Amino acid sequence: MMGTQRWFGKPVQRVEDPRLLRGKGTYVDDIDLPEMLHAALLRSPHAHAKIVYIDTSAAQALPGVHLVLTARDLGDVLEPSPLLVPHQALTQPRTQLPLARDEVRYVGEAVVMVVAESRYLAEDALDLIDVEYEPLPVVHSLTSASTSVAPLVHADVPGNVAAHLVQQVGTPDEIFASAPHVVRETFVMDRGAAMPMECRGVVAKWDTLEEMLICWISTQGPIPIRNGLAAIFHLPEHKVRVVAPDVGGGFGTKIMLFYPEEILTPFAARHLERPVKWIEDRREHFISANQERSQSHDVEYAFDDQGTLLAVRDRFFHDTGAYTPYGIVVPLITACTLPGPYRLRHYTSEFTVLYTNKVPVSPYRGAGRPHAVFVMERIMDRIASELHLDRLEVRARNFIAPDEFPWDVGLVYQDGGPTTYDSGNYQAGLEKLKALLDYDHFPEKQAAARQEGRYLGLGVGCYVEGTGIGPYEGAKVSVESDGRVYAATGITTQGQAHATTLAQIVAEQLGVDIQDVMVTTGDTQAFGWGVGTFASRAATVAGSAMHLAAVKVREKTIQVAAELFEALPDDIELADGKVFVRDAPQKALTLGQLAISANPLRYSYGENARQLQNVKLAGPRPGPALPAERGGPGLEATEFYSPPHASFASGVHGAIIEVDPVTAMVTFLQYAAVHDCGRVINPVVVEGQVHGGVAQGIGGAFFERLVYDEEGQLLNASFMDYFLPTAAEVPIIMVEHVETPSPLNPLGVKGAGEAGVIPVPALFASAIDDALTPFGIRVQEMPLHPCRLSELLHSPDEKDC
Amino acid sequence: MMHDQGELLAFTEECEIAVTVNGQRYERRVPVRLLLSDFLRHELHLTGTHVGCEHGVCGCCTVLLQGEAVRSCLMFAVQADNLFLTTIEGMAGTQSDLHPIQQAFLEKHGLQCGFCTPGMIMSIHALLHENPDPTEEEIREGLSGNICRCTGYQNIVEAVKLAAERLRVAPEEVE
Repeated sequence: MMGTQRWFGKPVQRVEDPRLLRGKGTYVDDIDLPEMLHAALLRSPHAHAKIVYIDTSAAQALPGVHLVLTARDLGDVLEPSPLLVPHQALTQPRTQLPLARDEVRYVGEAVVMVVAESRYLAEDALDLIDVEYEPLPVVHSLTSASTSVAPLVHADVPGNVAAHLVQQVGTPDEIFASAPHVVRETFVMDRGAAMPMECRGVVAKWDTLEEMLICWISTQGPIPIRNGLAAIFHLPEHKVRVVAPDVGGGFGTKIMLFYPEEILTPFAARHLERPVKWIEDRREHFISANQERSQSHDVEYAFDDQGTLLAVRDRFFHDTGAYTPYGIVVPLITACTLPGPYRLRHYTSEFTVLYTNKVPVSPYRGAGRPHAVFVMERIMDRIASELHLDRLEVRARNFIAPDEFPWDVGLVYQDGGPTTYDSGNYQAGLEKLKALLDYDHFPEKQAAARQEGRYLGLGVGCYVEGTGIGPYEGAKVSVESDGRVYAATGITTQGQAHATTLAQIVAEQLGVDIQDVMVTTGDTQAFGWGVGTFASRAATVAGSAMHLAAVKVREKTIQVAAELFEALPDDIELADGKVFVRDAPQKALTLGQLAISANPLRYSYGENARQLQNVKLAGPRPGPALPAERGGPGLEATEFYSPPHASFASGVHGAIIEVDPVTAMVTFLQYAAVHDCGRVINPVVVEGQVHGGVAQGIGGAFFERLVYDEEGQLLNASFMDYFLPTAAEVPIIMVEHVETPSPLNPLGVKGAGEAGVIPVPALFASAIDDALTPFGIRVQEMPLHPCRLSELLHSPDEKDC
Repeated sequence: MMHDQGELLAFTEECEIAVTVNGQRYERRVPVRLLLSDFLRHELHLTGTHVGCEHGVCGCCTVLLQGEAVRSCLMFAVQADNLFLTTIEGMAGTQSDLHPIQQAFLEKHGLQCGFCTPGMIMSIHALLHENPDPTEEEIREGLSGNICRCTGYQNIVEAVKLAAERLRVAPEEVE
């Protein structure tokens, strides 16, 4: 990528917006098919129980009810969901049945599905179902899972241990033996959830004419679902089409598959030969859509008198909930993220993944990283306070220098590849942050405020984030005869502006307006190879594939034009939707005319075809109409991109907060994010991603905690009780970019989607400590909601929270 | 809780209603328990009004009832009998141009997934009607009944400022 860019890197407006702004989007629940029926799920009210019997006769007799499904009605579909991402350390994987048969293991686990004329009727029928449960002892927390007397979530999994992994870099034990300073602390993070505004949903249709299953699912991974449904229902893959239409936010929770309803809804549709819709309501979402974040770390760290971090020994427990559908990706990411931007050469990471009687865990935006960054940044702050050094100076002393890349952390990353940082410039980010927050003058401001009885604090959080993992994505780019460009890829879109950013990549190569690039994502019929949108990988992996396909189409266009114009390929230019010889722009053809010309049919239609006939004379020609070197008709190419390993984005965030020591309410006075995701395709889009991530981070640090009682009941399963931040709580976020291109892909890009959320718990803790220095508080838990902070402030005996 | 079928029958009572939505009058026979949000979406196929929580917190389902912003998931359709509603589909009217609030969202990147957007726009419409020149704090307070999980609100606030400015220069014609 070089020279003047017309589209790439520019803050262009989103092409998808006018449709969405008019209320003309199509989310799953907006799909209305003739003869459609509606499903509702009966879910377990117990966190752990045996199912003694289920009586559905009254529900079945209710007029308007078409189908009542229990586990025993599912035939060979009653198989545990496939284990995604297996790992050798995951010795006791357990996945969920589409409907529980003998035992339920969390409140919300699906037990019966009813299909009826309307959702109202289906829910009526749920009330007529009688299930007798025999309650079993409950594992309601990480602490209670790991004791020697803990009940077992799965009777055949001793100690509730799903996985155990030890990784080591260097010789930490030797370093600890001789280190000048060693500190040991525990850090805890509790559960939170993604909470996209659109809940999950499935519409399934069995097309009797085509003998084909068609599903519209609010998912981040339609292709794996297509492949799985084909296997489950013994159908050829080309007879299953899965579409992720407009998706109202995902943030990771919709990359999980299979959710039971993604199997049950198609099952019902096929059985009844009528379309069936299931839409999750918000209460269901709270108890059946995957959650994350719960970990407890016991960490020792060694450092010298200059503040150099010498070694870290981290042992942590990770709560996976009742099942391990997504393997151990989250704790693996935590282990690999902990070293961060620092030159850590001696590191032991040991984790134990424990089952609990709670909603299963799979990645939520950040996916194990906020936890790791919280631990490491707490370490940096502690080193500074122990040695009376400046917090940012300690970080700077430990940073990997810009000339030390590629930097091998020495661990195997979640995708099986190396944790090798491809590029970065952490010092530059830190300097920008200092300027944004006027860091050098903050102590004066803080002192002045304290004179007035106000408690200001400044916090920082630095992170490095593995993004853009493989295995691969692909893209097809095709010029249509009207000159517009069709571009399809297998990833999905949950608000990331792919219709715009991918169009920018294509437009850059083909010299067309982005309004003339029609991007299709998330439809297995349009593009059937690939994985999905998660792990901050869409722009990096699918974007690179799109670039490669567009380059191929450009080359083909030039080849066809050079023949047509009898000119040298190097003299052909593409601009403004036209193709011409550099010295003769007046003789330009449109890209559509070129596309027609590249398709040697004797039948072509429309104005472009007529125009072309004036230019191109059908003369005698030797050989086939479509020469082999053309590689097929039209201006079309399909390309794939598989990254060698993850690309590592980074960032430095900082905030100035004010704490009211009476109410324990915290106000963000300033927030600054310096962000490096390599080359930026569209700065407005990236800034939007950062803003949204920070808002979720603030939620996860201060407002959002899923509270379970000892019976495993979620006590705050509504938006009245689980507080998502509103416009009144989220501050103005200043964003600046550092661009260190990734050498791993042709665009030089890195992922940006998850970044914003990652350092927020760390910087929030740092800022609270700083603001409340007179109270001697050191934050060791997240989230720290106002009630908890109040406890810490007003219970002097519990300062070590 | 177990119900018997007799109790359930009471829920299926129906009622004739006439509602004017975006200037068009609709007459329908609906179950009395049908939520207004479901009526708009599933009976009238005006699916731009979204449902995010069904307990009146998220604001995705906000519509204008007699010009006032209300949450259509907290009302029954029968409660809208003989009343006027405006939904997102009615914001730009029959014009090809976007409404100034929609236009400002486009220019300021005020949306990502777009799910909360229709409700946001309806709330902002009511807010600016009540207070044509809000301060940033008033805007944020005014938006606090609508949850957005994507944008962090910053660009929405910017969009409100821009829309307010334009609407002050060229106010909407009163319907």
